Amino acid sequence: MIQECIGQYVCLAGDIGFNVENLRTGFWQFTIDGLAWGAIYALVAVGYTLVFGVLRLINFAHSEIFMLGMFGAYFCLDLILGFAPSGNAYDRGVALTVFYLGVAMLFAMAVSGSAAVGLEFVAYRPLRRRNARPLTFLITAIGMSFVLQEFVHFVLPEIIEGYGGSNAQQPIILVQPRTQFEVFGASVTNVTLVIVISALVLARLTYLFVHRTKFGRGIRAVAQDPTTATLMGVSRERIILTTFLIGGVLAGAAALLYMLRVPQGIIYSGGFLLGIKAFSAAVLGGIGNLRGALIGGFLLGVMENYGQALFGTQWRDVVAFVLLVMVLLIKPTGILGESLGTARV
Amino acid sequence: MSVLLAPGDVLRRWWSELTRVQKWAFGAIGFGALALLPVYTPAFLDTPGISFGGTMAQFAMVAIIAIGLNVVVGQAGLLDLGYVGFYAVGAYTVALLTSPDSPWNRVAPDGWLHENWAWLACVPIAMAVTALAGLILGFPTLRVRGDYLAIVTLGFGEIIRLLADNLAGVTNGPRGLNGVAYPHFGATEDLPHGVFSSGNSSGDVNYGTWWFWLGLILIVVILLLVGNLERSRVGRAWVAVREDEDAAESMGVNTFRFKLWAFVIGAAIGGLSGALYAGQVQYVAPPTFNIINSMLFLCAVVLGGQGNKLGVIFGAFVIVYLPNRLLGVELMGVNLGDLKYLFFGLALVVLMIFRPQGLFPVRQQLLTYGRSARTLLASADEPKAAR
Repeated sequence: MIQECIGQYVCLAGDIGFNVENLRTGFWQFTIDGLAWGAIYALVAVGYTLVFGVLRLINFAHSEIFMLGMFGAYFCLDLILGFAPSGNAYDRGVALTVFYLGVAMLFAMAVSGSAAVGLEFVAYRPLRRRNARPLTFLITAIGMSFVLQEFVHFVLPEIIEGYGGSNAQQPIILVQPRTQFEVFGASVTNVTLVIVISALVLARLTYLFVHRTKFGRGIRAVAQDPTTATLMGVSRERIILTTFLIGGVLAGAAALLYMLRVPQGIIYSGGFLLGIKAFSAAVLGGIGNLRGALIGGFLLGVMENYGQALFGTQWRDVVAFVLLVMVLLIKPTGILGESLGTARV
Repeated sequence: MSVLLAPGDVLRRWWSELTRVQKWAFGAIGFGALALLPVYTPAFLDTPGISFGGTMAQFAMVAIIAIGLNVVVGQAGLLDLGYVGFYAVGAYTVALLTSPDSPWNRVAPDGWLHENWAWLACVPIAMAVTALAGLILGFPTLRVRGDYLAIVTLGFGEIIRLLADNLAGVTNGPRGLNGVAYPHFGATEDLPHGVFSSGNSSGDVNYGTWWFWLGLILIVVILLLVGNLERSRVGRAWVAVREDEDAAESMGVNTFRFKLWAFVIGAAIGGLSGALYAGQVQYVAPPTFNIINSMLFLCAVVLGGQGNKLGVIFGAFVIVYLPNRLLGVELMGVNLGDLKYLFFGLALVVLMIFRPQGLFPVRQQLLTYGRSARTLLASADEPKAAR
């Protein structure tokens, strides 16, 4: 009997690896790949954080805004810029590639940004008019998430031939990953460089916008105290709209970067998991806190890679969820605390 | 518009005027008629694409889930997005104990479970295991804020599915567990494995219908238990926690304990439904427990009216029946059955804007006072009406 029991636990443990050697040898490579993932999480996390800071609302449909951004970027590259989807990479030289990437990114930003604003208009604004309970907002967000996903799943293929549906889009590979230089024996590819640098630049711009402009001051004021901010002449509705717009635009940018990293990942359900992870990142860094979203994103990306190295590829998603649960239990305010409202200039 | 969105008010007025005996009588007639539906199926209700008995069996399971989720979401006001996790734990408990594919198979000749009653013996075990899972999840997470709870439970539901998918040595991974036990009852020469076996697949009284009847009995039992809980101290504490947690706490309600109770009871009911599912389908695999089903269950509760246990049964019926009815019906080249999530998503959004309390809302303030308050109110209204 005891023998049998031990045998059972061994077969249970057999599915969960614990490969320290793998983590040790590949440590720097896992770190650098993790940073690329983390940059994408961070950009999406900013969207969650801003909306949460201003409205105290988990915008559950934000992952679908990101997903629409992916389709927007794909549409732009495929039909507007004329890159036919194929398994091979286009290598048009650095200058042209950067130009094309820039155009696609702007298009994705426009798609995601307008989708986010539309979401605010259609779903959340009527609820605010009616002074709905927080639970009502969350359920609406879940409903919108359904609607957007299923729209791309079943309705989009009827509108644009070959788009949406149950299968992922044929990949368009604009940049072939190529090692640029090495850090501690780990290769840094051009794709990783583009992702991390663009994310950092965009995060910096967002930070400057929130902390140095008049609009940004309005955002912080509403986050701090909506009633007083309104009395001081800040239009709450306009601030909320701007917040959704910024979140959406960043999600669009993240969508293009994601497309560079995972060209075959453009599918109707592709935003869901990434959205939850980005939300985890936002919570990890301290939701409502811009810097926290950035730090949380990078941290989550790296930790996820370490977990994957340690326990095996199939446990990647579990690591992210366990991390989220642990953070909420140990320090629900996250690493940097919730501070969009209390930040001073 | 208001009549369409609020059929509950008219019904409730009629219902609340009945005496207790009349209510029981109408209840018995109602459930009896429901039980006879698969046998005498009206033509307009029938599901041409799929067995009507099977549809009703599915409805019974989702109804049980909706009642359980209603305890958590509707009564105690805790948004649980990972409820499908408990459903999975219940189903996998039965499957792991009785499937020949599982290393933990305990059915004779190797184990102590006899084939004839293995399923029945596993149902209480499944409920106990799920209740324990609810306790383990609830104990640390119920201290976090409401909206965080939603995400933590979502993570839990996904972790359960990923575990089932990845622990291939135990759960057989994506291939799933075959040959789960079911009750061997009413065996005849034609049906050597009894009426609950999938061999009983022809006619109106097929195995789906039998599972529906079993589910219906369980629904009635659960309704009585949950109804009694609702009217007890526990139920009043739940309503207090839902309406204002701080106020409840300062009035001496041990909010954490009652939230944990709601979680554990809800989990056990979800586990029961999972056990039913495992028995009926005789096969358990990870994709069934996808997180999107969690949303669908939530949709049933919200649609029916959070907090109203009869309302959520109606919600469960809509959730199960409509996709099965629309199976194979085409509109402009799109299969309407495919669009279920789109429609349910839209329904959620529209309901939240125009009628957040659901089709059959519960009278929140009056629930605690019950009958006496209603009679008091009615007598107070009368002089006004006379004037």
